[in-house]
Amino acid sequence: MGRKLLIHNDKVPGIHTLEVYRAHGGYASVEKALKTMTPDQVTDEVKKSGLRGRGGAGFPTGLKWSFLAKPEGVPRYLVCNADESEPGTFKDRYLMEKIPHALIEGMITSSYALGANTSYIYIRGEYFYVSRILEQAIREAYAAGWLGKNILGTNYSLDLSVQVGGGAYICGEETALLESLEGKRGNPRIKPPFPAVAGLWGCPTVVNNVETIAAVCPIVMMGGEEYAKIGIGKSTGTKLISASGHINKPGVYEIELGVPVEEFIYSEEYCGGIRNGKKLKAVVAGGSSVPILPTELILKTAKGEPRLMTYESLADGGFQTGTMLGSGGFIVMDEDTSIVKNLFTFSRFYHHESCGQCSPCREGTGWMEKILKKFLNGTATEADVDLLWDIQSKIEGKTICPLGEAAAWPVAAAIRHFKHEFLEIARNKKFNDVSHYERLKKKTVA
Amino acid sequence: MGAQVHGTQEFDAKKRAEVKFSDAAMETVKTIISRYPAGKQKSALLPVLHVAQAEFGGWLSPEVMDYVASVLNIKPIEVFEVASFYTMYNLKPVGKCTLEICQTSSCWLCGAEDIIKYIEKKLGIKVGETTRDGMFTLKVAECLGSCGTAPMMQCGASFHENLTYEKVDAIIEKYKSEGRLRSYTDLDYNNTL
Repeated sequence: MGRKLLIHNDKVPGIHTLEVYRAHGGYASVEKALKTMTPDQVTDEVKKSGLRGRGGAGFPTGLKWSFLAKPEGVPRYLVCNADESEPGTFKDRYLMEKIPHALIEGMITSSYALGANTSYIYIRGEYFYVSRILEQAIREAYAAGWLGKNILGTNYSLDLSVQVGGGAYICGEETALLESLEGKRGNPRIKPPFPAVAGLWGCPTVVNNVETIAAVCPIVMMGGEEYAKIGIGKSTGTKLISASGHINKPGVYEIELGVPVEEFIYSEEYCGGIRNGKKLKAVVAGGSSVPILPTELILKTAKGEPRLMTYESLADGGFQTGTMLGSGGFIVMDEDTSIVKNLFTFSRFYHHESCGQCSPCREGTGWMEKILKKFLNGTATEADVDLLWDIQSKIEGKTICPLGEAAAWPVAAAIRHFKHEFLEIARNKKFNDVSHYERLKKKTVA
Repeated sequence: MGAQVHGTQEFDAKKRAEVKFSDAAMETVKTIISRYPAGKQKSALLPVLHVAQAEFGGWLSPEVMDYVASVLNIKPIEVFEVASFYTMYNLKPVGKCTLEICQTSSCWLCGAEDIIKYIEKKLGIKVGETTRDGMFTLKVAECLGSCGTAPMMQCGASFHENLTYEKVDAIIEKYKSEGRLRSYTDLDYNNTL
């Protein structure tokens, strides 16, 4: 069993309440930080921990914090990105729903480190009921003096509130999130300036993912150096993985970074193998935008080494033979899965979610969806494969925010590793899609 | 002018005069506004639109958007451009219960398409349509963060997960017998994570 630092208490009855959370050691990091550490000391521990942003980009958190501008007399803000929308990802929802105080504790400790006296949790609108759970926990925290004026009798004060979004994937991009928090359309901003200099209402702002902020609590408690001993190399600590698709035990798992992918998929401790006794065909390891890999490349690198659940190992081989850890949205597909149709669901998603600001993304995502639709209705030709490749190659790097890349990469990877499936449909002028209907029938009609 | 600003819906000045939050809703709105620094009340727009949609029949008419603009002291166009950007706001009337079935990868892998077909047949409507009795609107949604409990659908604040045909039957029956508007802001919800 690997070590768990974030959701070790998720099955404790009543852990969503302040009383039970506190009885299990909750809010200790706030006590330790506010009473015995300076804000810079907290930031130093986070730097030493090697913690990397858990939302998907994997940028070192301590470094991001150190960029925060601190002009006199200007408020600074910490904004938690709880917009979790990357297909295949549901870990933040799990954490917030089961242990809401873990996020609130992290927000207090982190806000203290950054010198923020007002902080916000921006949560996707579809998680409205989760916002209720968070708001209840925040009320409890205020009543007990963990939030508000002069926390624990110190000079430090913090106000924390939740804002719900309106249903837009793009608001997971930090500058779009800030626009949305200001009551506007979620159009990403041109950078620079980065939020660390000009963020919410033009003030210096740090935006961190839910899991990142929750991880600050164990880091403060155990010390950055101890935390950095967990994991391998630059992949330190634990990570929440959202496992879904054709596996026996879908769900959220906290792993020590470094678990072999094969163990994660097949061991009873985690996914429990492929369901219905089927064989593994492919995995999208880090949320919809990362390259899909076929069985042989997800279990082993091109060099034949076992692939590990770390930022570096998953990326080994670049995009030619590797992928990314991303958000940890781990989608598993069995041997009957059509890669083309799965890709279609991704491309439809990105077309729907493009904010429309940059033409390569706005037009490209729609074009790619249309071409993939042709594959599904049997009217695509072999030339359409080349056309798809051409379009995706002209989106990457040509947009304000990374939604363009996110839409292009899955298309490129599906063609790179499964071109034969596209060609087969084009040659036969027919797409056969019966496996899923049969599968569901088996499951529901006894 | 109003009709053009608000897209497909006509603006009715008479109706506009009748739009007003209940006291309870107004309290909620004031609480939301208080979370932001003075002068930054526009930040309250997204949450307030959710309150308005629940308060005024499940959708945002041009009159309601105009009213929200006056409450937040911003221009009507600032409300419309936001309401039309985000998928959770309805700019046309919908049924009392909007069933939103997730159709992205993990849900598709676990049979979401069959669930959609099943509901279409059961309710006698296609995706995007509303039943004649005004009870149900059927929609498809992109990833709702319920991938490990796929297939799923959202209705109001509730996530209905690990769907089977039998579960769908029971959910539709329950909503039908209750017969009330379901909103994202509902305090009662169902979920099985």
